[in-house]
Amino acid sequence: MQLSTFQDGFSAAMLGPATDAPWLSALESQPGFAVYRNTVLKGCIDALQANYPTVGQLVGDDWFRAAAAVFARTQPPRNGLLVSYGEGFADFLAGFAPAAELPYLSAVARLDRCWTECHLAANATPVDCQWLAQQTPDTLPLVHLRPHPAARWSWCDEHPAYALWHSHREVLHPNEALEWTGDGALLTRPRAEVVWRPLSRAGVAFLDACAEGHTLETAATSALNVEPTADFAALISTLLDAGALIPTDSRTG
Amino acid sequence: MAPALTAGLGLKPQHYDEALRCTAPGLWWEVHPENYLAYGGPRLAWLEAIRARHPVALHGVSLSLAADAPPDAAHLARLAALARRVEPAIISEHLAWSTWGRQYLPDLLPFPRTQAALQRHADNIARTQDVLQRPIAIENPTHYLHIDGHDWLETEFLAELVRRTGCALLLDVNNVYISANNLGFDAQAYLDAFPLHAVTEIHLAGHHADPVHGDTLLIDSHDAPIAPAVWALYAQVIARTGPVPTLIERDDQLPAFSELLAERDQAHHALTAAQPEEAACN
Repeated sequence: MQLSTFQDGFSAAMLGPATDAPWLSALESQPGFAVYRNTVLKGCIDALQANYPTVGQLVGDDWFRAAAAVFARTQPPRNGLLVSYGEGFADFLAGFAPAAELPYLSAVARLDRCWTECHLAANATPVDCQWLAQQTPDTLPLVHLRPHPAARWSWCDEHPAYALWHSHREVLHPNEALEWTGDGALLTRPRAEVVWRPLSRAGVAFLDACAEGHTLETAATSALNVEPTADFAALISTLLDAGALIPTDSRTG
Repeated sequence: MAPALTAGLGLKPQHYDEALRCTAPGLWWEVHPENYLAYGGPRLAWLEAIRARHPVALHGVSLSLAADAPPDAAHLARLAALARRVEPAIISEHLAWSTWGRQYLPDLLPFPRTQAALQRHADNIARTQDVLQRPIAIENPTHYLHIDGHDWLETEFLAELVRRTGCALLLDVNNVYISANNLGFDAQAYLDAFPLHAVTEIHLAGHHADPVHGDTLLIDSHDAPIAPAVWALYAQVIARTGPVPTLIERDDQLPAFSELLAERDQAHHALTAAQPEEAACN
């Protein structure tokens, strides 16, 4: 038998039912076949559990592992970098019928994903207050800054996803009087580790505009369009403090 | 003279601070490069801090060298970049496959050792060594299945890969013990036939019996102390090879660091007492 034929049959039988080939049935009938199947599925589920810890805390181990098994069978890892496996898990949860009673789960998963991407992204030196002080008022509006490669931001209209996520990440007791309104988050890596803070709609619009390559003036206009009462100076201070922005000519690595 | 590397441990994030501080003689650390192929950030910084104090080995699990396809070029390039960064003492992979048809199946999967598979495997090793600019060590896998269609015994297959590619071998003694048990061959005879001259690293680990099938099906679980029978096989191997860098693998049910270090020290003492075969004959 060709090696590729063997691999086609064997790999299909790892996360799904075996095809009808006699050679594969002969393997599947041996007790050892289940060892491979169990190891493959466990590897996928363990990786998802490591990469979505807040979702895991919200739903418990059994629920999480059952959902992760369904996800793994439909979207197995594409490469061996399991530290970044599960890119589509938030979208999967949004359409996963058993999660219908937890409509915020997908938005919380998106924040877990933001953490993973922030954790693994390239290094770069962000601009800081000193940089800002060196700019002249007439050139500053035309400056292009872009988001730091590790910066991730997210907005959820319907649920306080960040408040939920944050309280579980920091093992706080969720505030019983939690105001059920949308919120946003910014995750950055100003020094070694990932840090997070709330982000306003204006901040989200500002970073979106920077990511699209707009000038500071255009980005500021976008921010004030979505939130006319935003304190722009405070927003810039927050973004610089978080290390969220780098100059456009910055090298990353 | 004892080699610079004696017995090492797999680096676990839970033990990171203790790993950094530990000054046990001959200690080295092994990592799966897949966990450190980040573009930047704290993982690489952790690894570089460890590397500043101890030798490090990269033990790959996803190059899929036994697949009927070349290893992923982008993955190889990133592995080479990591190797330039940490200058590992050893780079190793497996006699197995895991990536196929745009899927990664997180396990080390078996295949019929045919003539064509040998050629493909040798090509894949050669390509990897070309990119890395150094030999890699290939590890004997754990077996759970009787597969029809082998043209080669595993020991001969490995010897032929060494001959064709100049690669080294990583002998996992626990894998030999488990495979011998599961497939019904003699572990001692397998080790007698193993091309020990090419072995540059040894792995030791714990295993457990399958919950349904019991001792007839042992699982390479890396979640327990090394079994006495595996220690005994190991003693026989190093009596013949002399000291070879030896790694204790523990990936699940992690005990306290001190417990892992005690197991490591046992291997360290065995290695410092072991003499090369030539010396033993004199």
